[in-house]
Amino acid sequence: MTFDFPLLSFYLFGTITVLAALAVISVRNPVHAALCLVLTFFSTACTWLLADAEFLAIALVLVYVGAVMVLFLFVVMMLDIDLVPLREGFVRAMPVGLVVAVVMLVEMLTLIGIRSMQIPAPAEPAAAAGMSNTAWLATALFSQFLLPFEIAALILTVAIIAAIPLTLRRRVGVKTQHPAQQVAVTAGDRVRIVKMASEKPVDTGAAR
Amino acid sequence: MITLAHFLTLGAILFCIAIAGIFINRKNVIVLLMAIELMLLAVNTNFVAFSRYLGDPSGQVFVFFILTVAAAESAIGLAILVVLFRNRATINVAEIDSLKG
Repeated sequence: MTFDFPLLSFYLFGTITVLAALAVISVRNPVHAALCLVLTFFSTACTWLLADAEFLAIALVLVYVGAVMVLFLFVVMMLDIDLVPLREGFVRAMPVGLVVAVVMLVEMLTLIGIRSMQIPAPAEPAAAAGMSNTAWLATALFSQFLLPFEIAALILTVAIIAAIPLTLRRRVGVKTQHPAQQVAVTAGDRVRIVKMASEKPVDTGAAR
Repeated sequence: MITLAHFLTLGAILFCIAIAGIFINRKNVIVLLMAIELMLLAVNTNFVAFSRYLGDPSGQVFVFFILTVAAAESAIGLAILVVLFRNRATINVAEIDSLKG
């Protein structure tokens, strides 16, 4: 048997991915779970590189590890969570979860079949078309899938705009400054001029 | 040589781990969201593998869209989680039952 470096590295990345995913669902601390999820995403990006999907592997690291997981960590650290009630039922639900997961895994592996283990990879399609993976992907994205691409941009915009009013709150009773109101103030808001008749001092006779 | 079945097996294992995670962590919304991210990752792995072995760029384009929607989903989900924690001071799924009749 010849030395097959890509296969060995696939097994290495796959093992790390599976172990990190197991750690995500089993560790006690949500911060550790988020960090293990980062490791899962990173090793999956490595297996995607082995499948010649360079652009998506880098996008996974940038978008997920760089943005989404940082958001997760922010939220986990911002919320002061009492972990004890969240862990109850962990041991009780473990057998059911394991049985369902193992049965599903066996069914899927049966469907995948041992025969497809023998199917080798064809030549890399992007290289066969004479371009890089990014160009290959972009050609399809900006010709065949142009409208879905723009809808995806719209979805991201909606997500941004929706997240802001969800978390925005106006607190009453805080003494913050409002510069816009300060600039827009006029003299009439601050000084009230009252018209009244002039008055004479009343002679009470106290001075004598 | 890496075959299609290697990638499909990896995706299946990841998906089943995520299923088990949803079962055993049903009280904790944050870990539930992480399990959903794991499931999307498993599906994306299958898409990438099929795209590679069938020579079709549509699979990778779909992974691109799934990444977009998943990012939007987790942003809104985490925003809802923050509002929920602010109003109820808990993220325990068992205590979020105000819609129960």
